[in-house]
Amino acid sequence: MSFIDRAARSVLLSELIQGMALTLRYMFRPKVTLNYPYEKGPLSPRFRGEHALRRYPNGEERCIACKLCEAICPAQAITIEAEPRADGSRRTSRYDIDMTKCIFCGFCEEACPVDAIVEGPNFEFATETREELMYDKQKLLENGERWETELSERLTADAPYR
Amino acid sequence: MIVQALAFYMFAFITVASGVLVISARNPVHSVLFLILAFFNSAGLFILLGAEFLAFILVVVYVGAVAVLFLFVVMMLDINFVELRQGFLQYLPIGALVGLILLVELLVVLGGWHLTPEITAQASAPAPADLTNTQALGELIYTHYLYLFQGAGVVLLVAMIGAIVLTHRKRPGVRKQRIADQLARRVEDTIEVKSVETGKGI
Amino acid sequence: MAEFWEFWDAYLWPTLWIIIKIVVIVMPVLLGVAYLTYAERKVIGAMHLRKGPNVVGPFGLLQPIADGLKLFLKETVIPTGANRGVFIIAPCLTFILALIGWAVIPFSEGYVLADINVGVLYLFAVSSLGVYGILMAGWASNSKYAFLGGLRSAAQMVSYEVSMGFVIITVLLCVGSLNLTDIVMAQKTVWFVIPLLPMAVIFFVSTVAETNRHPFDLPEAEAELVSGFNVEYSAMTFALFFLGEYANMILMASMTTILFLGGWLPPFDIAPFNWIPGGIWFALKVAFVLFLFLWIRATFPRYRYDQLMRLGWKVFLPISLAAVAVVAGVLVAFDLAPVQG
Repeated sequence: MSFIDRAARSVLLSELIQGMALTLRYMFRPKVTLNYPYEKGPLSPRFRGEHALRRYPNGEERCIACKLCEAICPAQAITIEAEPRADGSRRTSRYDIDMTKCIFCGFCEEACPVDAIVEGPNFEFATETREELMYDKQKLLENGERWETELSERLTADAPYR
Repeated sequence: MIVQALAFYMFAFITVASGVLVISARNPVHSVLFLILAFFNSAGLFILLGAEFLAFILVVVYVGAVAVLFLFVVMMLDINFVELRQGFLQYLPIGALVGLILLVELLVVLGGWHLTPEITAQASAPAPADLTNTQALGELIYTHYLYLFQGAGVVLLVAMIGAIVLTHRKRPGVRKQRIADQLARRVEDTIEVKSVETGKGI
Repeated sequence: MAEFWEFWDAYLWPTLWIIIKIVVIVMPVLLGVAYLTYAERKVIGAMHLRKGPNVVGPFGLLQPIADGLKLFLKETVIPTGANRGVFIIAPCLTFILALIGWAVIPFSEGYVLADINVGVLYLFAVSSLGVYGILMAGWASNSKYAFLGGLRSAAQMVSYEVSMGFVIITVLLCVGSLNLTDIVMAQKTVWFVIPLLPMAVIFFVSTVAETNRHPFDLPEAEAELVSGFNVEYSAMTFALFFLGEYANMILMASMTTILFLGGWLPPFDIAPFNWIPGGIWFALKVAFVLFLFLWIRATFPRYRYDQLMRLGWKVFLPISLAAVAVVAGVLVAFDLAPVQG
C-alpha cells in the first residue's frame, strides 16, 4: 500500500504542488519591505554612524586633545595635533578622521573622557569622491552642530547602561 | 522567379564557401561553426526545392543535435594547431585523389541526368503533386518502404546497443544514490523527539 | 514611371509590407520582454514578501526602460583572450533566434506572418538552434566559468529537446497536421491539456529546461559558475542575451499555449467568452504560462546537474516515448485518428 501511495504521490507531483501552493499563499501576504529612502527602520541609541565633534552648551568645544581616541583607533583613522590656544587652554589644532579607513567600532566614542567625539545616527553620508571622506575638524564640528539634538538624546537614552 | 534565383545563388554560394572554410579554417571550432553554416544553407536549398519537411529535419537533427555534439567534442579537445598543420602536405595527395573521385562521380551522375532526360522518368517514386511533401514522405517511408525503413531502424538500434555494451562497465561495490528512497523518507520515520530529564540521558 | 510602379507592385511593396508586419510583431514582443522582466521582479518579490521595483515611475513601471537605458550606455568590454568574432556573433545569434520564431506564431485566426505547413517543425528547429548562441559565447569568452556554462547548456538543451520532440509528436498525432493554425483549430472541442495532461506537464518542464530557466538554470548558475556563459559579457552584448532569453521564454510560452491551451480559442464557446477577441485570449494564456515560469522560479531550488540529466533521459524520455505509442494506439483503436488527403 505504501508503495502505491508513494508512486501516486510522485506521479501526481504532490510535493511540487505543495511547494507552489505555499509560494502562492505568500504572494498575497502583506509585504515587509521598508520603502527605504521614504521609510526608515528604527535605530538603536547605540547605533554607530557618522562621526561628530560636540560642543558644550556655551559653545566651547569639548575636545581637550587628550589623543585617547587616536591611540585606541584600531584602524588608525584618526590624526590629532594639539597646541595651547591663546587663552592657555589645550585644544586641537587638527582633528582628522579618514572615513575610508574607519571601521565604525565606536572605540573613539568609548575612550573619550568628555563625550566630544561621538558616532551619530547618520549613515547616509555617501559621497561622489574619495576626498570628501577625509573629514577635518571643521567638518566634524559642523556635524556636531547639525546633529546635536539627536546626539544628546541618544546619550541620555543610553546613559543608564554605561 | 528572379528572387528565387537570387536566393538560390545566395544559399549555394554560402554553402560552397563555408564548405571550403570548413577544411581551410585554422581553428577547429571555427571549422565546425562553418560546417553548421553549410548545413543551414543546404536547408535553405531544400526549401527552395519545396522540400520544407526535409529542410527542417536537417536543421533539427544535424544542426540542432549532431553538430552540437561535434562542437561539444571539438571545444573540449586540446589541439596543438601547429602539429595539426604538419601532416598537411603529406596527406594532400590522398585527399586530392578522394576529392577527384567524388568530383568525377558527381559529374557522371549530373551529366547522365542532363544528357538523357528519360532517366528521371524511371525514378522509383516521383513526387506526387497533390500532397504536401510531409505526407508524401510519410507515405513513401511508412507505406511503400515500411520494411526497409524498419530494417534501417533495427540496424541503428543494434549499433546503439552494441556501442553501449562495448563501453559499459559494471563496477562492483559502488554505492549509488537512490533518489526515490531519499524522497520517500519522511520526518516521522527518521526523527524521534524525546523529552530527556537533565542529567539522566536516554 | 510606369516601370517603377510595376517594380513597386512586384517587389518593393511586398517587401515593405513584410517589413511593416515584422515591426508590428517584434515591437510588442520586445515590449513584452521588457515588462516580463518587470513582472518577474514583481512576482518573485511578492512571493518573497518584498515589493519589487516601485521607485522609477508609477509602481516602478518605467524600471525596465531605465534598465535598458543603463545597459545601452555602458561600455562593451571584450576580453583580450576572447575570440572576437564569435564573441560578438553569439549574443546576436541568441537574440535573432529568439525573434525569428515569432514568424509562424498565429496570434489569432489568420493573424500570422507566415502560415507555413511545417510550423511546429520550424519552431522546434529554431528552439534547437538556440543552444549555439550559448555554446559559442561560452567558448569564445575564453573563461573557465563561461566554458562550463556553455557545455552544460549544450548537454541540457540537447537532452530535453528529445522528450520535447516526442511530446510534440503526441500532439501531432491528435491533429494530423504540422500547421500551427490547424493545431489550434483541432482544439475547438477540447484543449489538448485535458486529454494529454501528462504530456503538457512534460512539455512545460522541458520548455523550462530549454530556456535555461530556474530550476534548470545550470548554464548560468551564479553560485558555482559566477554567471556561467555570460560572465564576460557587458552592456549591449549582455542585453542581447538577456532579451534573447526572455523572448525565448515568451516564445516557448506561446508554443505551450498553441499546442495545449487552445491558442486563441476561448475556454467555452458561449456568449461572454467569445465576445473577447482571440488575440486577447492568446495573450492571457501566454501570460498565465509565463506566470508559471516565474512562480516555479520563486518556488524551487536549482537542480543538481546529474539529477537534471536523470530527469531528462530516465524519466521524461521513457514516459514520452511510451506516450507516443499509447496515444497512437488509442487513436487507432477508437478510430479517432484524423485522416487527411
